[in-house]
Amino acid sequence: MTVNIPKVTHTTQAIKVKKQSAVVTFFSNLLRSWTGMVGFLIMILLLFISIFGQWIVPYDPLLADFSKKLLPPMTDGHLLGTDQLGRDIFSRIILGARVSVIIGLTTVLIAGTFGTIVGIISGYFRGWVDVILMRIVDVQLSFPFILLVLVINAIIGSGLRNIIISLAIGGWVIFARVIRSEVLALREKEFITACVATGVSRTGILFKHILPNLFTPIIILSSLQIGTYIIAEASVSFLGFGVQPPEPAWGNMLNEGKDYIFSSWWLITFPGIAIMITALGVNLFGDWLRDTLDPELKGE
Amino acid sequence: MLDFVIKRLIQVGVVVLLALTVVFFLIRLSGDPTALFLPPDAPREQIEEYREKLGFNRPIYVQYGDFMVNAVQGDFGQSLRSREDALPLVLDRLPATFQLAISALVLSLLISIPLGVLSAFRRNSIFDRIAVAFTVLGQAVPSFWLGLLLIYFFAAQLNMLPSGGAGSITHLLLPMVTLAAYSVARFTRFTRSTMLDVLRKDYIRTAKASGVPTIRLIGRYALKNSLIPIITLVALDLGTLLGGAVITEVVFAWPGIGRLLMQSLMNRDFPIVLAGVFIIALIYAVINFIADVLYAYVNPQIRVK
Repeated sequence: MTVNIPKVTHTTQAIKVKKQSAVVTFFSNLLRSWTGMVGFLIMILLLFISIFGQWIVPYDPLLADFSKKLLPPMTDGHLLGTDQLGRDIFSRIILGARVSVIIGLTTVLIAGTFGTIVGIISGYFRGWVDVILMRIVDVQLSFPFILLVLVINAIIGSGLRNIIISLAIGGWVIFARVIRSEVLALREKEFITACVATGVSRTGILFKHILPNLFTPIIILSSLQIGTYIIAEASVSFLGFGVQPPEPAWGNMLNEGKDYIFSSWWLITFPGIAIMITALGVNLFGDWLRDTLDPELKGE
Repeated sequence: MLDFVIKRLIQVGVVVLLALTVVFFLIRLSGDPTALFLPPDAPREQIEEYREKLGFNRPIYVQYGDFMVNAVQGDFGQSLRSREDALPLVLDRLPATFQLAISALVLSLLISIPLGVLSAFRRNSIFDRIAVAFTVLGQAVPSFWLGLLLIYFFAAQLNMLPSGGAGSITHLLLPMVTLAAYSVARFTRFTRSTMLDVLRKDYIRTAKASGVPTIRLIGRYALKNSLIPIITLVALDLGTLLGGAVITEVVFAWPGIGRLLMQSLMNRDFPIVLAGVFIIALIYAVINFIADVLYAYVNPQIRVK
């Protein structure tokens, strides 16, 4: 990478960074922030576990063995103990990671795509379309997110697919609102005016010039929302909807464990720690991403 | 100003009506409600008779119109289980929810504002770092899990506090702390960053340079100027608090609206669900309304928009 860099010390840095490949920039930035790094490592670990989990687990997470029920941690080869049916908690938490990751990613994909489309339409075309769409967003935002998800899920029924649908219905509005304001701001930029003046078609402007510039806000928002979705799913599953037993999800494990709270602390401890570490990792990474990509927003 | 208030008031009405509409159709789409009244092996004629009697055989828009006309008059029908009127059942639970939510709000403000102010004032000190770490951690802990941990320590292990129910101040303590925790994290973080912004301002430097004592500097100059954004955030967060209250109520068997709503969802007791959604949407919309009006009152720029 030999580029003619002017010998002005304080601008050298900025020019250099621009010439680096995106991956190099990403990691050199990441290495400078230990919180971002921790978040990133937690996310990588989570992804790894959710893909390869089924080969890592020491026991069948669904296999009940009543002779071994409610064993405390570190007994009989059960690292985190067993639950009321004698199932290995460590194995169930590992498999539960997949549920959380699938739900977090799929929801963000659906809610993000739909919300972004609505936001673009609203912000780019404005007029009565914008008024109607944003009224819908306003109305929905004036109902608590977790309650909305809960009520929808309870009515349409439990299960993995339905909890994703419920979360996506509850989640798209944030994307619509943020993307709309980004598009509104972009629309006024000079390069868009220049496009219009030089006769670039509407679709050309939308896909070649507006969409690429939305990449950063979409990425930031997505990474911050994943944590919200994972905690929301755990809450809904804890309340008895969402992902149903025997399929292991951290929320429903806590729900089953709460009946044994007076005798077996490990049932309610470890799935909660798993949720906390996951949410912590995703939030740390999301915060770092926001601070790095959009320094104006730094620190809230 | 009056224009603004009226406009926002109409919006409150629209929000509540739309919330009811959506839930009504979701419930109807999820299946024939007659099945809930009858045993699964009921004969066809009996099902038809029930559909006729309860009006479910009419076109959906007629049912909807009927429902809305009754709903705005406060008539949500009777509980499918207890045969009592749905709305009074929900309203009975309102004081308990308010008690929980308001005490949690007060607690979190009492903790988070001093914490955020101190943290900002002693930026990068050990105290600040610990406070920041706590806020980051606090936002990652799901409230229902915190509730379970508190039950484990204070009820199961120490036997100091009841694990659930209501009736005395000891019953309130654990749910209050559980519900407050998340808000404490958010409010502290926000107070800190708002204070940091204010502390950078010229007038603070001037006040400092002219020898204003620290306590007065914080109280009179810095905190006062950061109160507006803080109040706004608190008002916006009341909805989150309300949502959190529902889950907290279930964990601690607290007899509020949230627990009633959950039980009704479990039993598919839809008149109560609809009445509950109505009340929650109404409270939420009214809170937002008050926050907006207050905000417009202190910040005239908003009114013109």
